[in-house]
Amino acid sequence: MLIATLVLTLMGLTLGGLLGLAAKYFAVEDGNPLVKEIEAMLPGSQCGQCGFPGCGPAAEAMVEGTASVTCCPPGGKMLAESLAQKLDIDLSEFGELPEPQLASINAELCTGCTRCYKACPTDAIVGASKQLHVVVGGACIGCSKCVEACPEDCISLTPAPMTLDRWHWSKPEAA
Amino acid sequence: MTAQTVTQVGASPHAHDRSSVDRIMLRVCFALLPVTAWGFYCFGWPAIILWAVTCVSAVITEAACLYLQQQPMSRLNDGSALLTGWLLALTLPPWAPWWIAAGGALFAIAIGKQIYGGIGQNVFNPALLARIALLISFPVQLTTWVNVLPINSPEAPGISESLAIIFAGQPLVDGMTGATWLGASKVAASAGTHVSELLSNEFSLHDAFFGISRGSMGETSALLALCGGLALIAMRLITWHIPLSLLGTLALLTTATNYFNPDQYAGALFHLTSGGVMLGAFFFATDYVTSPTSPTGKLIFGFGCGALLFTIRSWGGFPEAAAFAILFMNALTPLIDRTFKPRIYGRNRNGKAVKHTPARKVV
Amino acid sequence: MFGLKTIRGGVHPDGRKENSGRLAIMTKVPLPERLYLPLCQHSGDDAVPIIKIGDQVLKGQLIALSSGRQSANVHAPTSGEIVAIDTITMPHPSGLPANAIILAPDGLETWTELSAPADPYAMPQEELASLVEQAGIVGMGGAIFPAAIKLRQGRRFEIKTLIINGSECEPYLTTDDRLMQERAEEIVEGTKLVRYIIDAYRAVIAVEDNKPKAIAALKKAAEGIGSIEVVTVPARYPMGSAKQLIQAVTGLEVPAGARSNDVGVLVHNVATVYAIQQMLMHGRPLISRVTTISGNCVQKPQNVEALLGTPISHLMEVCGGLVQQPARLLMGGPMMGQVLPSLDVPLIKGSSGVLALTKAEVNNHVPAPCIRCSRCVSACPMGLLPLEMARSAKVDDFDHAQEYGLRDCILCGSCAYVCPSHIPLVQYFEYAKGELAERRNSQQKMTYTQELMASRAARVEAEAEAKKAAKKAKKQKTTPSARTETSD
Repeated sequence: MLIATLVLTLMGLTLGGLLGLAAKYFAVEDGNPLVKEIEAMLPGSQCGQCGFPGCGPAAEAMVEGTASVTCCPPGGKMLAESLAQKLDIDLSEFGELPEPQLASINAELCTGCTRCYKACPTDAIVGASKQLHVVVGGACIGCSKCVEACPEDCISLTPAPMTLDRWHWSKPEAA
Repeated sequence: MTAQTVTQVGASPHAHDRSSVDRIMLRVCFALLPVTAWGFYCFGWPAIILWAVTCVSAVITEAACLYLQQQPMSRLNDGSALLTGWLLALTLPPWAPWWIAAGGALFAIAIGKQIYGGIGQNVFNPALLARIALLISFPVQLTTWVNVLPINSPEAPGISESLAIIFAGQPLVDGMTGATWLGASKVAASAGTHVSELLSNEFSLHDAFFGISRGSMGETSALLALCGGLALIAMRLITWHIPLSLLGTLALLTTATNYFNPDQYAGALFHLTSGGVMLGAFFFATDYVTSPTSPTGKLIFGFGCGALLFTIRSWGGFPEAAAFAILFMNALTPLIDRTFKPRIYGRNRNGKAVKHTPARKVV
Repeated sequence: MFGLKTIRGGVHPDGRKENSGRLAIMTKVPLPERLYLPLCQHSGDDAVPIIKIGDQVLKGQLIALSSGRQSANVHAPTSGEIVAIDTITMPHPSGLPANAIILAPDGLETWTELSAPADPYAMPQEELASLVEQAGIVGMGGAIFPAAIKLRQGRRFEIKTLIINGSECEPYLTTDDRLMQERAEEIVEGTKLVRYIIDAYRAVIAVEDNKPKAIAALKKAAEGIGSIEVVTVPARYPMGSAKQLIQAVTGLEVPAGARSNDVGVLVHNVATVYAIQQMLMHGRPLISRVTTISGNCVQKPQNVEALLGTPISHLMEVCGGLVQQPARLLMGGPMMGQVLPSLDVPLIKGSSGVLALTKAEVNNHVPAPCIRCSRCVSACPMGLLPLEMARSAKVDDFDHAQEYGLRDCILCGSCAYVCPSHIPLVQYFEYAKGELAERRNSQQKMTYTQELMASRAARVEAEAEAKKAAKKAKKQKTTPSARTETSD
């Protein structure tokens, strides 16, 4: 009985030790350094508009080629271009880039439940309990987290309206 | 009237000086008229027929290329194909067979221009490229220089005879052809004869300048080419930079070498008036597409052309060097353009902001 | 006199100034039914309305207060009732809406109480600059930069030359020309005032040589005033551009990235100087301006002095209406003017002219490929390579476009004016500049987002920490034994 216990204990310790050593010496290096670089370029808001759970998985998917470099609306054209340059991708074949979206709260339906501003990753919603909440346009990245959090379905995402300072002439039709 | 709505059009400016590409091309053709007319006079009906064949072939080739590339046919109206054909005709021996003219025009437009993407895209001057291609492929036809035989002289061929010369390849009578002065000087130099001796016997500055000499249609009269070129400058179609630096460089180099070794090297007047120098300096080297855009770049381009011209004429294998020199500099044009940009207002040559002493008040 | 320096490049567009230039400025424009006063008639942020709908206002009363960066006050151009504060179509090619105060004139033209300083030259210069600020005066040549900011900047520098810009180089426009002819004394007085405010060593009124009457009038008005010179500069477009005018008058070049102040020069437009004089001598804020109504579609081209906010359609009617459907409606001159979406837009502080042009006047053609004729290079007053800039912009290669000079481009349009291929060069540059600005903005927004995320993370952590501490404190309170344990 005692011998059996000792043998089993010894076996357990040896095998456990071996497994531990194997885990240490045969470890698979995880994380492509490129993924880290790409992740650092992304906004880091983990908003999930790209369809991935966060910026990290999105960066991985971009490096693997399963996600498009244009999939990040908060990053806009600038980000898409620098990503394309980094990954050596021709951006021209993607066509129109997604428009950045802005959240807006329907004042009539809002009950002031504070759920949306708790969900907001950039603190772009201001308001207090039982009071109307307002979206600060400059800080909103259009991640739709608030839309999901709102129990009244009173938040909608729309493309940011064109304004006089943002407007510029489009490229002339090629000759 | 209220609420006039005008559809959105485009950004400023909303005025234009009314210039257009076709008008520019037609004006260049206009400037070519004197030299061409003189060529017609000197070499008669065969020259006229050859000129027509070249121009028509160029335009037909252009139309075919536009059709194949599904480009708007209206581009044909810009006159660039006509000008290319015309310029090519001026570089050909005036009595060359028709297939030289037609083949040359085809080469100039299709290979020289359209393959690069059409007007404005070619690296080399299409007409010169075609002429060099012809010279290398058909050296005999391209160096058969007919004597000057004014159109009203009794020996000059009539229309039917001219058609036979151009289209049926009727052989030219011996004694009707000879070498150009440049060719003769080259032969003399290689044979050891003194150039100065040969020139004093044969060369007539008067004839070279006014255009009573063997050569291609456009090469004969330096005076008329000069007049056409000055007209281009007067019409503000070209600037003085390229012609002046090209001719100036050539004149300087030839004067210097002639001063030190007159036996071996001909003087500036011989070089400036013979061959295609005048025509090349004003009409080929100044080709918009293949020459630099900035004033400094143009001066350097002209200098390069002049220096190369002298080098090839003096020590190269071919008697006529204008075409080679210009084509070579065409290849350097992108580099010149990138290196010699104009200085920007408020910046120095390196693109850094100019220094200034701050006028800020010391408080 | 001293030798004038030459400017580089430039073009000589057809003047077409005879039509509107020969008639005196029409000052009696009938009141329109409504005045539309945009809150942003200047280069910066919107002014904030300080009146309510239904308020009765007097002529010259302040109705919107300058707020934020590069903003300017707005005054009621006439007495009447505020009927709305709403969005209207702006005189801008995009046709986008912007906020405006809408005023229904009562026809009485009752002035608010005006207070002009008894002797401005006895007042501190800073106070005069403040008065200019209160008057809501902006650069009236089209730059619409608040004049007071420019004056204050000028005060911080040693200004050797104050240049008053009377080089109205745009074709058709004759507002400055007529103003100089008819109100030379006021302009000279204004020049004196500005010179006093910024302590400039000398003041130069620079007029192009195609305006001999204006030059004569100014010379007469400036007679005996040693510190003011009237200088004739050659008529060439874009002589009226500040950088080019500075070069022509002083021989100096404004270094890239610097302002004219840095080389000891300050430039003001004649119309701005006139407005400054009106404020400092008579206490009148900026409520009207002289504008050229011209173009071959206009029955009777002329200059009108109209209230700000007057609909352009009303001004066209005053000038006899349109004789034909215009091919293009412009605000400003044909070289740098902006396309108007319709006639239902108001006159604003920066409107130097409104043109209704026929198809033949515009001479628009389908662009053809570039033949590298380098006319644009010769025409560029800044020494840029427009053909290369456009070629880069066409393929969205903005880095190269910048390298060939996009940053230094003043969008004067000389290049496109001479282009035989009719390439819309300026539109390429506007496009490239706009795209670059968009990229800068999105970069800024991303940095801002990252900052917000970081501060949120810090806040969340701090909150959690505080909660933990509170919990601990609560726990300690409920179990005193624990306290005794720890205290031991």
